[in-house]
Amino acid sequence: MSAPHPSASPPATGALAIDHLSISYLRRDRVLPVLTDVSFHIEPGEAYGLVGESGCGKTTVAMAVMCYLPTNARIEGGHIRLRDTDLTRAGEAQLRSLRGNRMAMVYQDAGSALNPSLTIGRQIAEVYRFHGGLDTAAAMDAAAAMLETVQIADSARMLRRYPHELSGGQQQRVMFAMALATSPDLLVLDEPTTGLDTTVEAEVLDLVARLRSKFSASILFISHNLGIVTRMCERVGVLYAGRLIEEGPSREIFSTPRHPYTLGLTRCVPNRIMRKDAHRLDPIPGSLPPLGLAVQGCVYAPRCPIARARCREEDPPAFVSGERRVSRCFYHDEVSGIPRSEEALPAIGGESAGGDLLRVEHLSKRYGAGTNQVVALDDVSIELEAGEILGLVGESGSGKSTLAKCVVGLLEASGGEIDFAGRPLVRLGDWRKPELRRKLQMVFQNPDTTLNPSHTARRILTRAARLLSTAGSSADVERQVTALAAAVQLRPHHLDLKPSFLSGGLKQRVAIARAFAGAPALVLCDEPTSALDVSVQATILNLLVDLQTKERVAYLFISHDLGVVRYLADRIAVMYLGQIIEIGRAEDVFSPPHHPYTEALLSAMPTIDESEGARIKLSGTMPNPANPPTGCRFHTRCHRFLGEICREREPPWQEDGEGHRYRCHIAPADLEAAQQEAMSRPAKDGNRPEAEIRA
Amino acid sequence: MPAPLAADRPDEIMRVEQKSATQAIETNLAPGRAREVLRALWRSKTFVIGLAIVLFWVLDAIFWPLFVPYDPEGLVSPTTLQPPSAEHFFGTDDLGRDIFSRTLAGARPTLTVAPLATAIGVAGGILVGLFTGYFRGIADDIVMRIVDALLAFPLIIIAVLVISILGPSITNVILVIGIVFTPIVARTVRSAVLVERQREYVAAAKLLGNSNLYIMFAEILPNITGPIAVEITIRLGYAIFTSATLSFLALGIQQPSPDWGLTISIGRVFLQTAPSEVLFPAAALATLIVGVNLIADGLRQVLEE
Repeated sequence: MSAPHPSASPPATGALAIDHLSISYLRRDRVLPVLTDVSFHIEPGEAYGLVGESGCGKTTVAMAVMCYLPTNARIEGGHIRLRDTDLTRAGEAQLRSLRGNRMAMVYQDAGSALNPSLTIGRQIAEVYRFHGGLDTAAAMDAAAAMLETVQIADSARMLRRYPHELSGGQQQRVMFAMALATSPDLLVLDEPTTGLDTTVEAEVLDLVARLRSKFSASILFISHNLGIVTRMCERVGVLYAGRLIEEGPSREIFSTPRHPYTLGLTRCVPNRIMRKDAHRLDPIPGSLPPLGLAVQGCVYAPRCPIARARCREEDPPAFVSGERRVSRCFYHDEVSGIPRSEEALPAIGGESAGGDLLRVEHLSKRYGAGTNQVVALDDVSIELEAGEILGLVGESGSGKSTLAKCVVGLLEASGGEIDFAGRPLVRLGDWRKPELRRKLQMVFQNPDTTLNPSHTARRILTRAARLLSTAGSSADVERQVTALAAAVQLRPHHLDLKPSFLSGGLKQRVAIARAFAGAPALVLCDEPTSALDVSVQATILNLLVDLQTKERVAYLFISHDLGVVRYLADRIAVMYLGQIIEIGRAEDVFSPPHHPYTEALLSAMPTIDESEGARIKLSGTMPNPANPPTGCRFHTRCHRFLGEICREREPPWQEDGEGHRYRCHIAPADLEAAQQEAMSRPAKDGNRPEAEIRA
Repeated sequence: MPAPLAADRPDEIMRVEQKSATQAIETNLAPGRAREVLRALWRSKTFVIGLAIVLFWVLDAIFWPLFVPYDPEGLVSPTTLQPPSAEHFFGTDDLGRDIFSRTLAGARPTLTVAPLATAIGVAGGILVGLFTGYFRGIADDIVMRIVDALLAFPLIIIAVLVISILGPSITNVILVIGIVFTPIVARTVRSAVLVERQREYVAAAKLLGNSNLYIMFAEILPNITGPIAVEITIRLGYAIFTSATLSFLALGIQQPSPDWGLTISIGRVFLQTAPSEVLFPAAALATLIVGVNLIADGLRQVLEE
């Protein structure tokens, strides 16, 4: 059905055409290729998504297009054409004018891309003055109008604000306002929503979709989140190790991938129906080849399940098939037939011994005093059975990590009780007895700081084994370290490396082994996979599930990724502004009736479900925790706001008698009816995302 | 990107991008941070030149008895205040001693006092900085206010004050410089500790039940060696300068030592008629201080990269 095509790139029409682009970084007499023979084009008005895991060259493409390549980068070959201008040949003056007038970029971190010492009005007006030739007053008016366009209310006052006075979502809107000020032909979006909370991310994406109908710019959308790219773009290209390995319409590329890597990406993320006790995640074996490694044959062959001798000898050309689908795989017809890995599910151990392992009652944590007092935790009560996984979700600033730190003893609670295994915990960890420390451990979020950079993995684990396990002699400790390393699938040679030589996934495995050194009963996991690529995340999640079933450990699993929590958790607690607003079995929390905030979180996440309902848009931002709203804390943003009662009276717990409860004035029956109705309503914009996949 | 901002932003982006690009390479290919730093130091001209100068004076301080032509403390010539000649390369001083020999021998007292004083100051500073930075609290506030008060005085005033009470001697000079340096080093160490103690590995170490002493010395200290190394070289430069000043003021090393500060102090009386007695020790002192500072600069540049 397809024939190899010597040059997959069509003639340079389109708004942006990249032809056979190869870029290398020079580093100390070494030439390290980062992009090899990348070709794609974007039609006028089209949105093109570029996805791939970290280190695959996404940002280099963006920088090459904007001609912002670092000084040690060298374009080895190929062309980048913006309409009729060859950007690789353009001079500095021409580029400056092009960057303002015909192409613009929105960066990942708006907070650092905006100048903190200038008002946003001045920063937007500058674009109009220099590129639009307007005088100061006219430029200010234009800036105000543009703020309205990007849906920032009260534009006159907003113009006088400084970037730090804006929320993350608003800052990103300002970046869009600046980028669109000159109506560019091409808009480059480099991970524009990474780092934003789910509900804010949904708002920004809605804005992009709306702006697309207003402005006719072509969009190059770079993201690691396949779900977002699918939602936002018509066509998608998948980058792997600096090569564009697959390209096609976004609706098809993830449902019927034609490259084993794309297939691998879609399989390592839990989808809606996957549960830890029924399905295993399918991680991609191996890891990305190091930058600059000379590869013979297909770059993906070492990790590919269908690689043959030919793949290791010849570099596969771009095969064009069907409707503009391109795949750099000799056997792209066979990709759909690749079976899931038949790894056996761990045998589920006996049911839990019963009884609560952890009881947190009316826990509160306050910082500061008087008018500056911030209530980080307010009357938080949760319970956790032995061997159970409780997922804790909520946006940043909701108090998830504070709760974990109070339980584990890194922070001292201001009030309330923590009972662990039937005994009240002394509040600060320093005083806790060794047998308690053994039973209660934590896995942290950031793989780069969770391990001491000066210590080898062996030293870290030896120390943990000595302090936590009952092993006495040093021979025992050594045996214990070997066993721990084996349990988290570390190879022996990894043990003698310092953290800087370990990849993020390996570092997190060492951290997990450290927490498991003393046969814990409860491990607090504070977003342990949020900094990892999906293929690595899948391995870590599989590992956590294995350990949980084998060792009968309970987890308090903190995450902002609802997909991961749904896959992993037996029960889920939702936090908002320092309070638990809903808690119950995972399936109860994920289906109506649930708290309106949970409803909004769920609808904000890109889902695999075709029949996704209209997205719920939360108004405003999370209120300042130093001055929380009266009554129901969520009433300022609630889409099911009833009126006075929400503003004045604290809502009661609505309980179903089976452990599911939420804090709302609306009775379960009414809420369920309203939410069922909302779910059956079709999405308005027809932009149905097909997969919730992150790369 | 709008041009007015683009004008100042591309560089920054490039730097960030470049950094992330090199970092990505580093994790894959680098043969280790320590070796990386050493190689970068070796490529740094500043550092290499500084090292050569300092090495010259260190070797001289150790081995001068093997090659000085005259006894530096002996009255070797009946003619005082001679200008440089073939017999006396740098001339003779007011007592008829050979200035060349004295200049070479003068490195020893300086390179004894300064490193010892620096060692005391750095050791004290590490202790104080680690404890205040790790525990914070009231003790931290009190110690830091004392440090502020000490820093408000010029270093030399405090040294002069203390020496005039304790009496001049080499031991006192070493002690005084060391003690005066302690709060300065403590500040640097403390600010590095404040960053480090927020990292997750410190929390993990607490959860394992490690003692505070273990966390301070085995977990945190190895990760702040960079700023400490820079501080050591900077302090060494100041220590050389301060010890020379104290000798010059006759509060430090005493006659008949060939110490540079002392010699400059005596020779300044004859500056107009016989400048050699001041000129050569002063030049020696200057080269040593410049050498140490070049090392400090090179080290800082490399570590901050």
